[in-house]
Amino acid sequence: MKLLEFLKRERKKSASVAKERLQIIVAHQRTQRGQPDYMPLLEKELLEVIRRYVQIDDDAVNITLDSEDNCSVLELNVTLPKS
Amino acid sequence: MAKIIVVTSGKGGVGKTTSAAAIATGLALRGKKTVVIDFDVGLRNLDLIMGCERRVVYDLVNVIQGEAGLNQALIRDKRVDNLHILPASQTRDKDALTLEGVEKVLDTLNKDFDFIICDSPAGIERGAQLAMYFADAAIVVTNPEVSSVRDSDRILGLLASKTRRAERGEDPIQEHLLITRYNPSRVDLGDMLNLEDIREILAIDLLGLIPESEAVLRASNQGVPVTHDDDSDAGQAYADTVARLLGEEVPLRFHEYQKKSLLSRMFGGVRR
Repeated sequence: MKLLEFLKRERKKSASVAKERLQIIVAHQRTQRGQPDYMPLLEKELLEVIRRYVQIDDDAVNITLDSEDNCSVLELNVTLPKS
Repeated sequence: MAKIIVVTSGKGGVGKTTSAAAIATGLALRGKKTVVIDFDVGLRNLDLIMGCERRVVYDLVNVIQGEAGLNQALIRDKRVDNLHILPASQTRDKDALTLEGVEKVLDTLNKDFDFIICDSPAGIERGAQLAMYFADAAIVVTNPEVSSVRDSDRILGLLASKTRRAERGEDPIQEHLLITRYNPSRVDLGDMLNLEDIREILAIDLLGLIPESEAVLRASNQGVPVTHDDDSDAGQAYADTVARLLGEEVPLRFHEYQKKSLLSRMFGGVRR
């Protein structure tokens, strides 16, 4: 009986792993919602430009586009390594 | 004024066409004048599920291109009054559908029907976007499986931005979740996402839950929408879904795992 419970508990995992993975990917997807289609490419190219001068990680650049009444603000946040 | 409902999902093979056929049939059985339109140009299948494949003469593209009148293309369902099918074309020309053409067809149908059900193709390309563009409500068909849930979330993003209601700043599309191929025993084992998890991740209201059922394949084999099989779990679950769509409060069924007793396992026979 113990063995059965043990096996069952082991199996419990796959659905909860699925849930955790989905929560992360869906949260990421939602931050990109409503953004213009060019944003991923813009982010990639900005990363390349910055890398010509400083070596930074992929996640060191964070860009967001906020729309206000009649203008949009592109906010670029780059974390540079300590030199 | 008809209510336009798109049945969509992003991912293919989750049960969009089965659901569109079953829900349209259910609405017609409840006395609502209903038309179900296949938007899957090039890969038409709604006609097969509805069992009218041999009666297709003209299709949606013929109507849009002015080669046939809408009344020539509409197929009257053999089993239920009030139900019509507008098949998709088998043309390989992806641009055969135009926004203006679709709008004109929907405007014409609007006068004569209570419900217009748009069966979307899979994907997020033009066909899927045209199917959802004019919708008042969306039924997002989702399987309890990671890729389907993720794609459903993508579709929700499109519904919120790439539709006429969104572009005009009108009331947003009503978003409904329809979980299909749900297997309570696998959920009980922890091997399948449960409905609460899916609802929590997608954060939209649950319209219905269709259990994984042998009745669905049987229905498609015969070309009789599963709603007609009112002894079956899936047929009843679709009837419940339709009732909720009409604003009725119906408790959820078929989502709990019923442990079978030894006797019913031995003598239970075949479940219909």
